[in-house]
Amino acid sequence: MNFVLDSATIYSLKVIIFLVTMPKLSKEEIAHIAKLSRLKLTDEEVARYSDQLSDVLEYVGQLGEVETDNVPPLNNVTGLSNVYVEDKVETSGITAEDIAKNAPEFKDGTFVVPGVFE
Amino acid sequence: MDLHALTIKSAAGKLNSGEITSVELTKSILDRIKKVDPRVGAYITVCEKEALEMAEASDKRRKSGKTLSEIDGIPIAVKDLYLTKGILTTAASKILEDFIPPYESTVTQKLWEAGAVLIGKTNLDQFAMGSSTETSAYKTATEFDSTTRNPWDLERIPGGSSGGSAAAVAAGLCIAAIGTDTGGSIRQPAHLCSITGLKPTYGRVSRYGIMAMASSLDQAGPMTKTVEDAAILLKYMSGHDKHDSTSSEKEVPKYNNGLKTKVEGLKLGVPKEFLGAGLDPEVKKIVEDAIKEYKKMGAEIVDVSLPMAKYALAVYYILMPVEVSSNLARYDGIRFGHSAIKTGMDGEFPNSESRMSLEDVYSISRAEGFGAEAKRRIMLGSYVSSAGYADAYYKQALKVRALIKEEFDKVFEGVDLLIAPVAPSPAFKFGEKTDDPLAMYLSDVLTVPVNPAGLPAMSLPAGFTKDNLPVGLQLIGPMWGEQAILDAGHAFQQVTEHHKAKPKL
Repeated sequence: MNFVLDSATIYSLKVIIFLVTMPKLSKEEIAHIAKLSRLKLTDEEVARYSDQLSDVLEYVGQLGEVETDNVPPLNNVTGLSNVYVEDKVETSGITAEDIAKNAPEFKDGTFVVPGVFE
Repeated sequence: MDLHALTIKSAAGKLNSGEITSVELTKSILDRIKKVDPRVGAYITVCEKEALEMAEASDKRRKSGKTLSEIDGIPIAVKDLYLTKGILTTAASKILEDFIPPYESTVTQKLWEAGAVLIGKTNLDQFAMGSSTETSAYKTATEFDSTTRNPWDLERIPGGSSGGSAAAVAAGLCIAAIGTDTGGSIRQPAHLCSITGLKPTYGRVSRYGIMAMASSLDQAGPMTKTVEDAAILLKYMSGHDKHDSTSSEKEVPKYNNGLKTKVEGLKLGVPKEFLGAGLDPEVKKIVEDAIKEYKKMGAEIVDVSLPMAKYALAVYYILMPVEVSSNLARYDGIRFGHSAIKTGMDGEFPNSESRMSLEDVYSISRAEGFGAEAKRRIMLGSYVSSAGYADAYYKQALKVRALIKEEFDKVFEGVDLLIAPVAPSPAFKFGEKTDDPLAMYLSDVLTVPVNPAGLPAMSLPAGFTKDNLPVGLQLIGPMWGEQAILDAGHAFQQVTEHHKAKPKL
């Protein structure tokens, strides 16, 4: 195998080294992820998820051993791109009553929410 | 005559000849649900009023010669992940326990336009996340105060995430059902409950109005008593939808017209990695016997290898959570669903000094409404796509995905279909894997490779273990290979009787 230190190889090495040296998720990291996910967790949940997520991350980390230089990422198996819809106005058939049924607080056709600004 | 035991095909025949009416058929199913479902728990919501109205309308149409289709008047169960306008849809989560959809999913709209009858909404793993229906927030088996139970052994799981639909078909609580498959959620419960379940090619069936789990992997599909029924239902479910930009404009074949009953010349590939270590010996024997059956029927059995398939589970458990973390962001307590705006923080809102912030509304609504598995996957997805980690995990997974698909495409140059087991074991007992999420994920290892590649695959009954637990057979096809899969499955059901067995309930 020809070992050339080009950018693709460096990328692969970064991935491998990163995944191999991954430590267990700390409580702080779990708290950070919970904040990103907008989930308020209890202390017990933080401890439990820390173990469980670390297990899963260790398992999925094995992808680091796959050589992927010059492989383009595959997002979409359909081969479709730029699927346009006709720029034509159509009614949805959904009424404000339908929406109000599910809304926690609905007034004059709008959702009532906590203020975003102080 | 046990009307609930009919297939779509046989029921349609009796409806057309006037031997039975749709109201009789629907009533017999509703009666059986009352008798049997307290023990099986297939349904979250039984739509008795709507079902009888639809059945009456069907009978009227048939009387005046205006029958709409082969499924006109046929009672169908719908996984509670499909939006049904005006009818409670929960995704088996507490976060949607009062949710009344304002619109109908494309697939169910197509079924009702073809005259089918909605029997009810079936139980599932919460937001389709799971392989046992144990993550459902609803205790649908009221006699046991538990989630859905396997009709073949009520102490065991029905599989997941489409466990309710599978149990409903197996227990005669509907004539046919529909489910969704993102990593095996149609095929695995079909295997554990001894029914036929098909995941079509990605893009064959519209995903509009089906609560999204992983948008690049989800597919809706039929869950039925026979392969022929699956072909019929698939025909009505399929087709391009302008509301789903990933749906294909490819023409929908008349899948059930001229289903082959012979397989001479069919090249069946046996991927050696799928029959390796970790497979329950009884499952292995049943699948090997099925392969022998195909050989007897005249198929050519070819040994193939899929070395990249072993990475598919890791690819799936990176890509799927990332897409989940994005798709479940909409459940934020603002426009619908469980909301801290309603329940308040310490009972004070909105006029109190210590009122809730917007971020509190999000974090508390979601924490209170989502189950543990949903939270785990959202967090996993957020993590592996976050700055600093996305390259190592998410991007790498997308690249390995390309390699997996490429490998499948190459193998299909030499064979027509692949034949394999559906899962490493038959139905396990409740609670066996709930403490170890990773162990639960590993049970998906044989179904998961197909979804990132977008390929079609079907599970059909292949036999029973000595404990009388069902074991299914998996047929995997190339992109748009549904017809070949249905033909091969139908041929198998001409020479075997496993699909005719029924659980004792």
